[in-house]
Amino acid sequence: MPNPVIETLHLRKEYGSKAAVEDLTLQVPSGEIFGFLGPNGAGKSTTVKMLLGLVKPTGGEIKLFGQSPRSPKARAKIGFLPEHFRFHEWLKAYEFLTFHGQLYGLSKKQLQNRIPELLALVGLAENSQLKLSDFSKGMLQRIGLAQAMLNEPELIFLDEPTSGLDPLGLRQVRDIIYHLKAAGVTVFLNSHLLSEVSIVCDRVAFIKRGRVVHTSAMAELMNQNTELTMRLDAIKPDLLASLSQLGRNLQPNGASLSMIIDDQEVIPQIAQLVYQQGAKLYELRPRQKSLEEIFVRLIEADGEANQ
Amino acid sequence: MSLLTIARLTFQEAWRKKLVWVALALGSAFLALFALGLYFILREIQESSFRGGMTEAALRLEQTQASGLLLIMGLFVINFLIIMMTALTSAGALSGEISSHTIQTIAAKPIPRRSIIWGKWLGHGLMVMLYIAFMFSGLTLVTYIMSGYIPPNFWAGLALLSLEGMTVLSLSIFGGTFLSTLANGVLVFMLYGLAFVGSWVEQIGAALESETAVQVGVIAGLIMPSETMWRMVSDLLQPPLVRGMGFTPFTLFSKPSNAMVIYALIYIAALLAGALYQFERRDL
Repeated sequence: MPNPVIETLHLRKEYGSKAAVEDLTLQVPSGEIFGFLGPNGAGKSTTVKMLLGLVKPTGGEIKLFGQSPRSPKARAKIGFLPEHFRFHEWLKAYEFLTFHGQLYGLSKKQLQNRIPELLALVGLAENSQLKLSDFSKGMLQRIGLAQAMLNEPELIFLDEPTSGLDPLGLRQVRDIIYHLKAAGVTVFLNSHLLSEVSIVCDRVAFIKRGRVVHTSAMAELMNQNTELTMRLDAIKPDLLASLSQLGRNLQPNGASLSMIIDDQEVIPQIAQLVYQQGAKLYELRPRQKSLEEIFVRLIEADGEANQ
Repeated sequence: MSLLTIARLTFQEAWRKKLVWVALALGSAFLALFALGLYFILREIQESSFRGGMTEAALRLEQTQASGLLLIMGLFVINFLIIMMTALTSAGALSGEISSHTIQTIAAKPIPRRSIIWGKWLGHGLMVMLYIAFMFSGLTLVTYIMSGYIPPNFWAGLALLSLEGMTVLSLSIFGGTFLSTLANGVLVFMLYGLAFVGSWVEQIGAALESETAVQVGVIAGLIMPSETMWRMVSDLLQPPLVRGMGFTPFTLFSKPSNAMVIYALIYIAALLAGALYQFERRDL
């Protein structure tokens, strides 16, 4: 992977005797939207906090742009929207962004340009003088996003940015993520909302008990998990044996059969095979598995392997 | 400067949450009440002087003495208010932001963690000192207007009261780096209580010539030097004649050494160093 923006090596975090993150090795390439998936308690938030220098790892290494996140310099190029986006709610939107902009070291002049620009981008231009305590959940999420974009970051961490949002809010956040991608920003997305992840992410990593169990490009992952259903006049053992060479998880059911294939190029081969063996093919239907199904399979499979 | 940004936020918060107004309004109410009490007491002295056929000079003397004593009594209340104000406003300065997670977006910024500690300390410190200056000069001014009395060592008194406030503040900032807001408040008040009782044990012990009691008080003063600062203030601001009156609650039998000022400064420095160290390594 050329020049990953995030690189971790055998990252480990223990709280007392319990390991929240076991052994996490991860690389995030520049310019991608990276989905970080896993069940509750898998160590996602702890990992994000370690990547931001908020939590000190018990062991292992982290490099952000080749530097330790504990150094303030490495954090100059990042933006962060935390999971429990509790901000100083007595501040007005404009003051809130001014405060955080000053922490990024932006000058008065830079702030005067940047803040109205960001407020417009997140659709809160009208609310700049409104207190955050009067904001709705979706508005808070968007002002939090604006806060994370003040310094024109090269890498942005979004921890559950869509939790509790209505479909409209979801759409707005998604548009902002696309906007970031267009600007070449690397987005590290920590989310439970798998349908959302499957729409926006370029690459995903599944983690469980603080270990990466699977990581791949989104397109590849979806392609690899196609469920093929076919209906024939009859299924002979010979045909079954030949088909098992081309896919896995074969489930014959009378004259029907379903199987998982890892490459859609296999579909015409199967049609040909059926024809050659003299069977009649009534139906051949590929269906991409949803990310949710893949998630469940990966997480459960790993669980069995570990026990 | 990120620490100034954080210090300013502290001020902004106090202003926005009307803390400043409540403190100033109630402080002014206290000063008004004090003025009223002083007025009636001075009038009473004047009226009784006619009955007793006192000379003008003797009347002035008695009024000065009464004003001096009342000023110290008022100051005693202010001293208590300073402790309360400082402890209550700063107990959650760090722990509150940690438990509400607002600290995360701040600490993830490209700023060193120490500037969060310095910013909080500076912001709260300036606020506490402004409160002290307002209350102390208000009290002195009211007394002067009513009776023409000016206490001795005004500036030294102001400096010592500020030092007392900063001692309490530094303890509270230090506690906030590893305790919850509630536990931190308990810590500060318990140590204040310890120093308060210790100080009385020391004074009564000295009056009764019990060396052990004095030592108990001295140790309590070392654990928490805030009360020692108050003792020095009450000693410095007494009118010379009140000293001759014998045992008042403000008469010092065991005088704190001036070295205690240096000790208080070291105490503050040590707490700040501890806070910086603890905050640097803790998870947020």
